[in-house]
Amino acid sequence: MKRSSYIVLGVVSAIFVLSWVMKSMSLSEVDDSIMQGFLLTVSAFLTLSIFSFLYKDNPFYKFAEHLFVGVSAAFWMCQGFWSTLVGNLIPRVSESLSGFFMVPYQPGSFNFHYWIPVILGLLLLMRLAPKGGWLSRWPLAFIVGTTAGLNFIKYLRSDFIDQVSSTFVPLLGDETNKWTGVGDFFSNLSLSADSQFVALLANWVIFVGVFSGLVYFFFSKEHKGVFGVGSRVGIWILMITFGASFGYTVMGRISLLVGRLTFLFRDWLGLIS
Amino acid sequence: MPNLGVIISLSVIFGGLAWLAYRSIKGYEIDRRVIFVFIGIAVSAPLLFPITFEEKATPIVERLFNRIDELPAGSRVLISFDFDPAMAPEVQPMANAISRHCLHKGHKVIFMSLWGTGQSLMTAALANDILPGFPEKKDGRDFVNIGYKAGNEGVLNIIVSDFRKMFPTDVNGVPLDSTEVFDGIESCKDLDLIVALGGGRPGPKEWVLFVGDPGNVPIGVGVAAVVAPQLYPYYPQQIIGILGGIKGAAEYESELIKRHERFADMPTPGLRMMGPQTLAHMVIMFFIIIGNVVFFMTGRKKVI
Repeated sequence: MKRSSYIVLGVVSAIFVLSWVMKSMSLSEVDDSIMQGFLLTVSAFLTLSIFSFLYKDNPFYKFAEHLFVGVSAAFWMCQGFWSTLVGNLIPRVSESLSGFFMVPYQPGSFNFHYWIPVILGLLLLMRLAPKGGWLSRWPLAFIVGTTAGLNFIKYLRSDFIDQVSSTFVPLLGDETNKWTGVGDFFSNLSLSADSQFVALLANWVIFVGVFSGLVYFFFSKEHKGVFGVGSRVGIWILMITFGASFGYTVMGRISLLVGRLTFLFRDWLGLIS
Repeated sequence: MPNLGVIISLSVIFGGLAWLAYRSIKGYEIDRRVIFVFIGIAVSAPLLFPITFEEKATPIVERLFNRIDELPAGSRVLISFDFDPAMAPEVQPMANAISRHCLHKGHKVIFMSLWGTGQSLMTAALANDILPGFPEKKDGRDFVNIGYKAGNEGVLNIIVSDFRKMFPTDVNGVPLDSTEVFDGIESCKDLDLIVALGGGRPGPKEWVLFVGDPGNVPIGVGVAAVVAPQLYPYYPQQIIGILGGIKGAAEYESELIKRHERFADMPTPGLRMMGPQTLAHMVIMFFIIIGNVVFFMTGRKKVI
């Protein structure tokens, strides 16, 4: 390591210890203030380590990143064991094991079918065996098959049939805003959210958007003439949609930044209430 | 009158941006780290010197608010906390606001999670933020926390026809049959409303696909901003209302304060976050404008 690296490490360590001591003193009325001070300081250190990547890649960022990956993997492994095996399976297959893991046994719920996932789970681990790797394909096939079958029905209903149904919107009036003629329409023209004009405009946007979007993705005919105009409207609709998604994504990312800065300013530095 | 901190912050941000615009037009390249610094200042300044904006609920938020408001007291509402700490800054404010609203209206509330990380967030929020405001509410009678169950969509596929198969007890090991909240509830079909909060998988979309549509149960959602556009096609036929990102949370909080005096002094993290949001968005828009102006002024000439 270079001399400058030692200096940076020393400064960061000194700030860490100083923060720990000061946080522990400020939390003196709380039980276990030294541990609370340590945890807050570690949280702040890891947050700043991740932020440091914005300047450039560095060992603090790498440490925080690797720690996050390791802790996440360990967390989900423990979570899987305690929630799936202990939480879902054991109470249904063994009274003695339920007692050992201190989960309420579900008497009368014993069913041989619960052993099938156990066997499939063990077969899945055969992938690690040098000669029995092919056995892991059976549970994998089961997972893929059941997931596809289950999702096919749900998606067909909610994402296809119901969505097609939602696209058939009235273009001249609906239940709340019945069409009573051009004269009434213009005499009651309003830009409020529940007005007939806004409701109709929304329905027309859906109709034109869906239709021109479909035209854009229809490649069996050359996009020329009227068809080409429809296609160009379609691409505009798509671009506006992507723009709206990007706007929402920016908002989401800023919210996360606000969350971390709030933590630093409030919980760590105590600058805001 | 805005305080001095706000004036200084705004001056620094917009003065700096004007200087950057001038340098860009002159042909100097802006280092990406300068953009990070400006975003950092734009987000930090309103946190240190709060700037608040008035919010008005949009129809898509108002519809969910009205549904919860108009349900008769004693209605069964399920709130699912399907998120993790990464999504919490956006989704937790709406979770707290909706939970408070439901408890205030006297609904019987069932709290659950399809995410392992959601249960600890939910339990902490109930203990620290939500329930202290409702000392009269009793566990088992007015609300019940049934916790997390592994199985993702599999859990939804089962509870749409039988709750007790997946959740025989609540999070404290109390059998659901002995709780008043679950009197007469066999499955999700017996619920008056489900509010799914999240943004990943399983989340609000899976609630619509596996419970809302097949069970014909009304569903409202609160989602992280990133996935909000994916949920819009389900509105209004398959979803009652959508709270999209922190803006949705802020609108909901604002409506709660306006319509119910009890919440006049409640914490409003959603509304507070709109100050940094607004300023950061203005900075981003400014950079987009600078970039385009410079591009069209200089063509594709190489920058200095």
